Amino acid sequence: MPELRDLYQEVILEHSKAPRNYKEPAHTNHKAEGYNPLCGDRFTVYLEMDGDTVRDIGFQGAGCAISKASASMMTQSVKGKTKAEAQKIFARFHDLVTGHTHESDEQLQADLGKLAVFSGVSEFPMRVKCATLAWHTLEAALEGKQEKVSTE
Amino acid sequence: MTASVAIPEKASALDVDKIRRDFPILHTQARGHNLVYLDNAATSQKPQVVIDALVHYYETGNANIHRGVHYLSEKATQDFEEGRAAVQRFINAAHSGEIVFTRGTTEAINLVAQTYGRTHLRAGDEVLITAMEHHSNIVPWQILCEEQGAKLRVAPINDQGELIVEEFAKLLGPKTKIVALSHVSNALGTVNPVKRLIAMAHAKGVPVLVDGAQAVPHIAVDVRDLDADFYAFSAHKMYGPTGIGVLYGKKALLEAMPPYQGGGDMIASVTFEKTTYNKVPHKFEAGTPDMAGVVGLKAAIEYMHAIGIDKIAAHEHDLLEYATEKLSALPGIRVIGTAADKASVLSFVIEDVHPHDIGTILDQEGIAVRTGHHCAQPVMDRFCIPATVRASFAVYNIRAEVDALVAGIRKVEEVFA
Repeated sequence: MPELRDLYQEVILEHSKAPRNYKEPAHTNHKAEGYNPLCGDRFTVYLEMDGDTVRDIGFQGAGCAISKASASMMTQSVKGKTKAEAQKIFARFHDLVTGHTHESDEQLQADLGKLAVFSGVSEFPMRVKCATLAWHTLEAALEGKQEKVSTE
Repeated sequence: MTASVAIPEKASALDVDKIRRDFPILHTQARGHNLVYLDNAATSQKPQVVIDALVHYYETGNANIHRGVHYLSEKATQDFEEGRAAVQRFINAAHSGEIVFTRGTTEAINLVAQTYGRTHLRAGDEVLITAMEHHSNIVPWQILCEEQGAKLRVAPINDQGELIVEEFAKLLGPKTKIVALSHVSNALGTVNPVKRLIAMAHAKGVPVLVDGAQAVPHIAVDVRDLDADFYAFSAHKMYGPTGIGVLYGKKALLEAMPPYQGGGDMIASVTFEKTTYNKVPHKFEAGTPDMAGVVGLKAAIEYMHAIGIDKIAAHEHDLLEYATEKLSALPGIRVIGTAADKASVLSFVIEDVHPHDIGTILDQEGIAVRTGHHCAQPVMDRFCIPATVRASFAVYNIRAEVDALVAGIRKVEEVFA
């Protein structure tokens, strides 16, 4: 039986209540909107790209605790990274929340850092889209796509 | 959970213990807890008599209808048409030919939009709906309006979630060609004064379609008393099977409407040059219908009649009042939809906690509620919220389940404290 505390870890609750980088950076040159039509969660991710590097990142919007915490912690983890590095982190994060990972906790910690707290999401399949909404939106912003991202 | 828990059930004319024994699923577990099913506005659970009717049909009565001369086809046709007669009596229609079987409420509304609507709407004409409609009573009309160059007008609701009747009256104008409104709102629980609204529309010569999906499980519906021109509902929200629904239409209107889909059973004769259509209701029932579904719907109607619809309504009203009082007493809770006349539905939000998170935490306690926009995004926008938590009651729910919901909400507060 999945445990609630595995999903709602303290770090996640804390980020959902006080999200980091909840702003539109002054020198935004890429942005994308993400929307989950099933629950109404909606985020905009803003990027200031310096060549291939994420110099600054912010997000705004409304959503559940999982989606908001995921967006907040995402901004911390990809700031200063290159596009390719950010995409790699998302790929690993996606594996983590969908349960497609068999690595030891240590390896996960090394690859994902604090983001490993989202491992509990894999026990709640209905919540995977909450955890990945901001990431899909980031991916669209990195690609410079104009259309709105939808989880459906 | 049983009613023997030490929480007083209101002295009710209903033997709810006995009713609960009729529903096998109520005795299953969810996430290691006894199931507390409060998502009845999405779909109700099915009593054993309905499940048995489906099994019995496939075991002893299955054949295609209106076709074969053989024994089974005759029997299946008879069962099917008896189902139609049962629906006719259920909503007090004048003729069984006024009962068209569809896949559900959604298909029934689309049928009217695409046949009656296409025939009668021209550029500049208007369709009048209300601000509390389910997407299924918005989108078919939007599609129609787009096709015909017509306009969709929306009568507003007040802060309690009640239709503002004066505004409705103002919007009912010379260009209005049809009114479509819900009998009971799925997101707010508001019961609309449909009889009065229909009379207002008729005074202007405008026909009315009533979306009765959330009404028929909870209120005795008499289409002739309401004077509804069209009335749509689904079996699965009233203890019947999924995949079968009803469009009631006044005979003269149905007869004048072109067919919806072409195919077998809806024709009188076919040549490559010319096809003549079958009479109503068969004209609107192309292809092999959900025969088992109709048999199951008939069993559901008989089940509701055996209990008594007024008794069902009284029991659910008691639960709704009890739940509203209990939840309103909790800190940070705001009930969305506080109309004077409500049925079954209790929608709410908790300050600073998203409904999706509430839904997950309640689910861990075995409590099934709906969280989201309930296919009524304009209603959410009206109240400036992205979503609500919705508990909705059926005849088999008990006060102890409301108490379980309250305990679950306390758990939400613990997690998010």
